[in-house]
Formats: sequence, C-alpha cells, structure tokens
Amino acid sequence: MTDFQQQALQLASQQQNSPAWLRALRGEGAGQWQRAGWPGRRTELWKYTPLQALQRTDFQHWGRALPQGAGSASLLPLDAIRLVFVNGVFDAQASSASHAQVVRFSAASESQRALIEKHLGRIVNTERHLFASLSNAWVQDGVLLHVPRNVILDQPIYIVHVSTPDAEPVIVNQRLLVVLEENAKAELIEHFVSDAQAQNSFVNSLTEVSIGANAELQHYRINLEQEQQIHIGGVHIDLQRDARYRGFTLAEGSQLKRLDYQINHRGAGAHASLNGVYLPRNNQLVDYHTNVEHWAPHCTTSEVFRGIISDSARAVFNGRILIHPNAQKTLAELSNRNLLTSDKAEVDTKPELEIYADDVKCAHGATVSQLDETAMYYLQSRGVSKTQARTMLSFGFINELLQELPRAEVRDYLHHHLAILFGTATDLS
Amino acid sequence: MLEIHNLNARVEGADILRNLSLSIKPGEVHAIMGPNGAGKSTLGNVLSGRPGYEVTSGEVLFNGKNLLELEIEERAREGLFLAFQYPVEIPGVTNMEFLKASVDARRKHLGMSDLSSFDFMKLARETSKKVSLDPAFLKRGVNEGFSGGEKKRNEIMQMMLLEPNLCILDETDSGLDIDALQVVAAGVNAMRDGKRSFIVVTHYQRLLDYIVPDFVHVLAAGRIVKTGGKDLALELEARGYAWLEDEGA
Repeated sequence: MTDFQQQALQLASQQQNSPAWLRALRGEGAGQWQRAGWPGRRTELWKYTPLQALQRTDFQHWGRALPQGAGSASLLPLDAIRLVFVNGVFDAQASSASHAQVVRFSAASESQRALIEKHLGRIVNTERHLFASLSNAWVQDGVLLHVPRNVILDQPIYIVHVSTPDAEPVIVNQRLLVVLEENAKAELIEHFVSDAQAQNSFVNSLTEVSIGANAELQHYRINLEQEQQIHIGGVHIDLQRDARYRGFTLAEGSQLKRLDYQINHRGAGAHASLNGVYLPRNNQLVDYHTNVEHWAPHCTTSEVFRGIISDSARAVFNGRILIHPNAQKTLAELSNRNLLTSDKAEVDTKPELEIYADDVKCAHGATVSQLDETAMYYLQSRGVSKTQARTMLSFGFINELLQELPRAEVRDYLHHHLAILFGTATDLS
Repeated sequence: MLEIHNLNARVEGADILRNLSLSIKPGEVHAIMGPNGAGKSTLGNVLSGRPGYEVTSGEVLFNGKNLLELEIEERAREGLFLAFQYPVEIPGVTNMEFLKASVDARRKHLGMSDLSSFDFMKLARETSKKVSLDPAFLKRGVNEGFSGGEKKRNEIMQMMLLEPNLCILDETDSGLDIDALQVVAAGVNAMRDGKRSFIVVTHYQRLLDYIVPDFVHVLAAGRIVKTGGKDLALELEARGYAWLEDEGA
C-alpha cells in the first residue's frame, strides 16, 4: 500500500457524520482500496496519466463549510431544481427548496434508502475503477435523483459543485445516484466550477445512473475548475430495454484531471449518445477514458469526442466499445478528432473496438491534426489576421458540437465562456 | 491600380508564371482566358499571397505599394479581393462571424469605426438578398453544405461587403447554371463604378456576355500571348487556343 492509500484510509476514518446504513459499502470500498495495486506506467488504464500530483499533496482534512458560500462562481441562469455544494458541503442558501425527487442521502426516507442501498456502488465496476472503491470507502453524503415510473420531470436538475481554496489542501468526495424507472424522463446538469484561481482540493466524484425500460436521461457534465485542482471523476450508466441516454461532457484541463464514462447496454434496443469536448492548455492534462459495453442486441451507440490541445498541454483519449457475443445487430460509432495548436501540445488517442458478435455494424476513428491551412488562407484573404483566424478556427472545431446541445441555457453559457477563452467573443447571434 | 512586371512564380517546384506583365488602371475590367494549365488560377493565388506559391522574380505594385511584401491579410485590407474558384467550407464558424471579422478588419485599416452588430446584421441581410442568397445562410457555417452556386454567390456577397479596389474573379462562372451566372454577373456589374477594377479569369466566353471586359488577355504557358478587346473572346470561342499557343511558342 502506498502512503497515499494509507493516508486516504485514515481520512476515511475521520468521517463522523456518515449514515450508519452506508457502513457496509464503506467497509467494502476500504477493503478494495487497501488491496488494490497502485497504478504505474505499466497499468494500461493509467499509462499516460501519472498520479504524482495526487501523491505529492498532503491532504489534511475534508472540505468544510466556508463563510463565502458559492462565492463568485458563475452559475447557469436556469429555471431548475438546484443543489449547490461548496467543497462538498451542501449550501442550502444557494440551493432551491427541497424536492420530492431529489434528496440528499442524509435526508432519505425509508424507501429512498432502500433504493440507494440497492444501486449505490453496484452500477460501477470497482475492479476496473480504483477511485470508485475509494469513493465507496469515503461515502458519507450524496444526492439521489429518483424519477418514478411514468414521471417526466418538468424542470432540469442542476447540481453545482464549487471548489474554493481552503487554508490547507482538502478532500472532497462527491456522489450522485440517478434512478429513472420505466418510462421516466429527466434532464440533469452537473457543473463543476471554481471561484478563485488558487485551488487546493482533490475532488473524487462519482455518478451512477440506472435508466429503466424506455426511460430517458439527458445529461450534461461540465468540468470548468481552475487548473490547480485535482479531479478524478466517473460516470457509470446502466441502460435497460429501450432506454435512452444522451450525454454531453466538456472539460478544461487541470494539473490532473481524469474522467471515466462507463456505459452498459443491458437491455435490448437501448441507445446511448455521448459527445465530449476537452480543452487543456498551459501545462494542463485531461484524460478521458470511455468504455461502452453492449451486452444486449439491437442497441446503438454514437460517440463523438473532440479536443483542442494548446501550449504544453496534454490530452489522453481512450474510447473503447466492446460488443459481447449476445449483442447482435449492434450499431456503434466512435469518432475522436484532435486539434493541436502548438508544437509542444500532445495527445495520446486510442479508439478500441472489441467485437465478439458476428452481425454488427461498428465504426471508429481518430485523427490528430493542426489547423487547416486552406481555411487559414481563406480567412486571411478576407483581411482576418492570422491570430484571429486561428482562434476562429479552433473555436469552430468544437462549436459544431456545442451548436447541437438541446438546452439553450447550457449552449449559450458554454458558448460565451469558450468565446472568451478563445478570444472570439462577439454578440452576433 | 495594379502593375505587374516580369512576374515569375512556381508551385511545387514547377515554373508556372513566366515573365508575366500586366497593367490595370482604375475602373478597367480585364478578362484573362487561356487553356487549362496556362497559369490562370496561379495568377490570382500569387496576387492574394496563397502559401505554396513562390514568386521567384518580378514586381507587383498595388496602389503604388509593393504587394509581394504584404501579408495575405494586409493585401485584403488594402483592397485586393480574390473570389475563389473553390470557396472553402469552415464548419463551426458562422458566415455572419466571418463576414463581420472581415469587414471590421477592412474598415479598421481604412480608419473607419466598427459597425455595430445590429447595423452589420442589417447590412449583411440586405447584401445577401442582392445575390439571391437566403439570409438564413448567414447563420450557417461558412460555405458549409452550400451548393456550388451558393458558394459562388457567397463570394460575391463578401466582395460587396468588403468594397475592394481590385476584384479578381477566379473562374467564378465555372459550374454555374445560367440563372446563377446572371446573379453573379449582375452583382459584379453593380460594383463597376469607374474606379474599381476587375480581373475576370474564365475558361468560358459565356461569362463575358454578361460582364463585358475592356481587355481580353490570353494566358498560355505562363505569360500573356495576346491582348485584345472584347471581340477577342468571341474569336477564341470560335477558333480555340491552339493557334495562339503556336504563336506564343
């Protein structure tokens, strides 16, 4: 066991206010964490993402309530059921009134508790996801979004995680469980944001999603923390018969940022689409690992990831689609395109298809390119400066994915945020 | 307006323009015709500064300035405009953004203030109607999914918005049906004001029925082998280019 593993376990024991009914899961997680081999350069799943930044930091304590609350973090202007957490601590003032379908674990009713016990830590495969076992060991509070059968939520659920600097490095464990029963429908926005440049937290964030038969989830997950933050996050989704998952994820880089998506097509006829954008710059890193497993026939997957890697930044994209023998008539597509805007930028991309069924249609591809010279020339030939042409083309590369977002408030927020980042802000619409 | 003296240029190691000279005065329309591979498109590309087109010798003065020393965007801001033979598709960058950036750059260079977004959008919508392009195209990606004719009309719209001094039309007529050709020609003719000059590069005499040139030049093997009035185009249509290539050799 490494020092970090040891230290993490000690922190787990400092948790005072965890519900007793979660004790079994915590124990299970702690055991797995303790036994797990620490990832190194030969560990395939962590090959390009060293964990030194995590090991170097001496985390002293858990995030605690700070007087500034949500501070100056810029939130989405959204008519939504809103829950705000600051360094992992629930901020009731910044959140909307409690809602029947959205509760914190600590406030769960008997039946909700049963639901949590049934699903929490059961959708994620902890053998494959080391930091999920840590999350289980650390679990105290979290959020349950439960949409009963035939219920369509008329408001989106907006969960905001604000990181704010504390006197000493802090640890935050974030947990979300989404259970959509048959024919239910919901929209969920997870938003990670910082309110100051200097950040000293390690956020381990895990979202588990169970989508019942013919139910549908629209899910946005936006990682816009400052670059000093360490973030390891995962989204793990089970889809039952004819269920639909539509996901969008966007991440700026940080000194260590690793994001995993695991999608399981468990029932026939399910559909998953996942689009993603990553934008590391300076010395940042973003590592996306996606793994889509088709266990049942007639399911479809569409996955598009695009990255712009600038300065001395690095990106890792590993997209795997695994078609099990029973998953006949699968349609699956995966595309990853990368734009390097500097000689020092780096991307390690690896699309993988593993097919064990004989009647499927699958396609995958990855490209790494620089800005299109002909497009540069075209813009310049109209008087646009080289610098401006470069930013317009970079922004255009990802804007294609932003334009498709169904929720206008998310689209506009990201458009505005990224236009500033790329220096192309205009008020043309 | 434009003085080209003994211009030599090469592309990918091959000499394409050989001692080409041409003088264009304000308000004149010059047609450049010639067989495939004569260097017609190279001329427009060299003048606009396209990367990969290397000038080996010669001089080009544009409004008295040494054009070849200017960056691509500086040439455009000075008032040189090339309507592309194959306009480039740029998904993700809207036509409106692109046009505003271009017009802002040109206006700034001329010491004029930026148009407000509101005024610009109004101007762009009006201009798009002049070239029979649905204003909805302004919100789409630059040339993204446009038909051949729509791309060419988009080029003419850019030309109208930028109000250049010298417009080079590089085979703007190729691939156009007669209706689209008339729209393009009407756009060009509306911009003839006695001061603005045009170089109309074309493979087909047909265009010159609609845009009537003051001069017709035949380009063969990288230089001008014959110059005449608008009637020369008709003669070329009847006789082809072979007799001139023999003359030029």
